[in-house]
Amino acid sequence: MSLSRQHEMHNRRFSRNLGLGIVLAAFVALVFGLTMVKVKTDDFTVPLSQEVN
Amino acid sequence: MSDASLNNPVLGNAAAEPYDSNFSDYFALLKPRVMVLVVFTALIGLIAAPGAIHPMIGFCAILFIAVGGGASGALNMWWDADIDAVMKRTRNRPVPSGRITGQEALGFGITLTGFSVVMLALATNLVAAGLLAFTIFFYIVIYTMWLKRWTPQNIVIGGAAGAFPPMIGWAAATGTISIESLMMFSLTFMWTPPHFWALALFTQQDYDNAEVPMLTVTHGRRSTRIHILVYTLLLAALAIALAFTSVGGPIYLVGALLLNAQFVRGAIGIWRRDEEASQADRFLTERKFFKASLLYLFAHFGLIGVEALLAPFGLGGW
Repeated sequence: MSLSRQHEMHNRRFSRNLGLGIVLAAFVALVFGLTMVKVKTDDFTVPLSQEVN
Repeated sequence: MSDASLNNPVLGNAAAEPYDSNFSDYFALLKPRVMVLVVFTALIGLIAAPGAIHPMIGFCAILFIAVGGGASGALNMWWDADIDAVMKRTRNRPVPSGRITGQEALGFGITLTGFSVVMLALATNLVAAGLLAFTIFFYIVIYTMWLKRWTPQNIVIGGAAGAFPPMIGWAAATGTISIESLMMFSLTFMWTPPHFWALALFTQQDYDNAEVPMLTVTHGRRSTRIHILVYTLLLAALAIALAFTSVGGPIYLVGALLLNAQFVRGAIGIWRRDEEASQADRFLTERKFFKASLLYLFAHFGLIGVEALLAPFGLGGW
């Protein structure tokens, strides 16, 4: 079977890689947003061991 | 899969047609249609719970519950590939059709399971994460691996797995389990058997061919019709009782009375019919009941959501 650049397999593979890239980028944004919300809530405290003297 | 695999026919049914799965094949592994129910009922559990939750945390909770539900779907497709290949309804799923290998589905499911449980714990609390982990365990080990191929009560007990999302949503907001969340669980739990038995009545030979011991196969179709009626009556009592808890209210009560009157009527219609009449109109009553059962569950949880959303304006609840 000849394998040209336009083989349909490449399209499927591109779709998979693009989808994964978008999911990973969205996950980074999600964790960032979640972290910002968590540290801004009233009940958030810095652990004693990490407090700067 | 490397380019070399183009000449390596290892993909089951698709051996003659080499395949590199695309993104939508992996998405299909998550059973997106089932995920809609999971997301919706979890969301209602979350917004009906007392107290406030930050919208971002609420969004993350629903997302990770949905991912956990998707992980269950992927693991289920890995284990049940042999059954799915035999049944008309499922033979085009990614694993039996050869678009994704069983091992890929297994790895995908395990990864998403760990991811969803850990992220839910970090975003909300350990009770919600523990319930999600138990739900996935229950669906895969108790239902898929054990009950489904062993007992005609598979749907009855296995239905619990699909009933957990509102409890998880509630736990994400409150960190607890309560009578209200248990009753929302019970609503889906009791709804599942009549829903699937109606499906089994008109998919006829599918479960038989796959050697899955559905009630239609082990106890006969007459017995299945009786079971549908009995479970529907129990479900109706439970659905109406939910109106008198803190998540119910007059709007829910009126809606539940109408929905259950219609649903019980449908169940009586199925109970009264014989096979000859059903065959004659291609199971019209059974198909209608199955479609109505989808609306039934969405409407009940929708009414709970309406009560919760109106509560801040002094209109929802008792």
